[in-house]
Amino acid sequence: MSTRSGPPTRAEVCAVACAEAWRGDGEILANPIGTIPMIAGRLAKATFEPLLVMTDGEAVLVENIVPVGVDDAPKVVSGWNPYRKMFDIVFNGPRHIMMGATQIDRFGNQNIAFIGTADRPTTQLIGFRGAPGNTINNHTSYWISSHSPKVFVERVDVVSGIGYDRAAELGPVAARFHRIPRVVSNLGVFDFETPEHTMRLASVHPGVTVEQVVAATGFALVIPDSVPTTRLPTDDELRLIREEIDPLGLGEREVPS
Amino acid sequence: MTPDKRVTIDEIVGEIRDGMTIGIGGWGSRRKPMAIVRALLRSPVRDLTLVAYGGPEIGLLCKAGKVRKVVYSFVSLDSIALEPHFRAARQAGAVDTTELDEGMFLLGLQAAAWRVPFLPTRAGLGSDILRLGADIRTVRSPYDDGEELVAMPALPLDVALVHMNRGDRGGTGQYLGIDPYFDDLFCLAAERRFMSVERIVETEDLLRSGPVQSVGINRLMVDGVVETPGGAHFTSCAPDYERDEAFQREYAATAKSGEAWDAFRAKYLDVSEADYQKAVRP
Repeated sequence: MSTRSGPPTRAEVCAVACAEAWRGDGEILANPIGTIPMIAGRLAKATFEPLLVMTDGEAVLVENIVPVGVDDAPKVVSGWNPYRKMFDIVFNGPRHIMMGATQIDRFGNQNIAFIGTADRPTTQLIGFRGAPGNTINNHTSYWISSHSPKVFVERVDVVSGIGYDRAAELGPVAARFHRIPRVVSNLGVFDFETPEHTMRLASVHPGVTVEQVVAATGFALVIPDSVPTTRLPTDDELRLIREEIDPLGLGEREVPS
Repeated sequence: MTPDKRVTIDEIVGEIRDGMTIGIGGWGSRRKPMAIVRALLRSPVRDLTLVAYGGPEIGLLCKAGKVRKVVYSFVSLDSIALEPHFRAARQAGAVDTTELDEGMFLLGLQAAAWRVPFLPTRAGLGSDILRLGADIRTVRSPYDDGEELVAMPALPLDVALVHMNRGDRGGTGQYLGIDPYFDDLFCLAAERRFMSVERIVETEDLLRSGPVQSVGINRLMVDGVVETPGGAHFTSCAPDYERDEAFQREYAATAKSGEAWDAFRAKYLDVSEADYQKAVRP
């Protein structure tokens, strides 16, 4: 494996934007699903959120920064976390997961179950998985590697992870643990910091225009008067990603430059 | 004394009748009782309701026309995210489903295991699981908080099928991998419980393989045990063996054409377990 050099890639910008989801979380379980989120979680832990608790992606908690995709990397194990204990953490609360979404709408409703109808879906996906429990119990952010109007839709076919409108229907007591801190795509960063908790464009990645994001989104985003640019990785973050966290360059495969 | 609960795979399959609800242990493409599943594929049984953290057993049984309904929160081959034969069956409208969240699924098994009609949870609130006709209702807390929660109904099973690394003839089971999954709950939720194991050993030898905490299944939970070396293949059964990724890719590719499936079936499924093991471990 050769050390990568040169300016930050889009994948690296995305990893940093995802890592920012966990900023300020302190001592909670950061639970990234997918390659860029895994790079991001480990980056956050290695830099500005050192107290984050993370798994090896299987059934143990690890304290050191394990390179993504390197199965035989040394691990400093600090706990046993089989699936049953993971549900204890989900139900107990101190967890911020970053999942994917096959569809997501303006309120942050997410679908990973199926496209079409329940009795005969046109496309069967993985199922509801843990999305309902995650979103009602924990902070849930989303990573979408390929931003398009097919993913960012007016209405999701089925609600797996619940968005802000569903949470509001449940009322402030039932939904008191619901929060979607951010959505990161290959084009930008999004949040729900609007009066009705509809999705807002928080920043565009370097080289992406607001118009591109709007064209790739199937609903009307809230667009602030001035849209900032997603911050670039620092030199230290770039070194960590390239040398320690993602030496195999797996992030570049998920978000090609 | 340790009773002798050893049975044959055929005796296990002989207890499974049309229309039964069958719980299958393991998780995704991990430690699935595949030898028993293969015997089910060769049997005439049909109209099964399958309850599982689903892996290839779901796809195989759906493809073979054995399944009326799947109660699930995911069906995945892990290293291949989506189970192709399950997808095909769903997209053809061939099987019904009860769609559940993973945590709701756990509580349904736990409720059945504890013989209570439901367990309360926040999981599922606001999601479409409660709108999809599975008749999952909510319950209001009788205490001062008055909170409304999902009343996850018990998921009672007619039969549970699990696979463990080691066991004894009395039905004690031991996992040697990192995760027990929910095999004990599947057993506790079921009327009849059958366990295949990589190796049956003397009871006094169980703790030579692993610590007492690894003995996750006690003999109160099991009615029959069978030794099936390689019985979880092609799913993982660490540390005895990892998932056979090449074989799993071959299996997944059979969804692409009828010819591929027919060839796979003739070579691996329309044969005895002994011949299967010879074919996959040359």
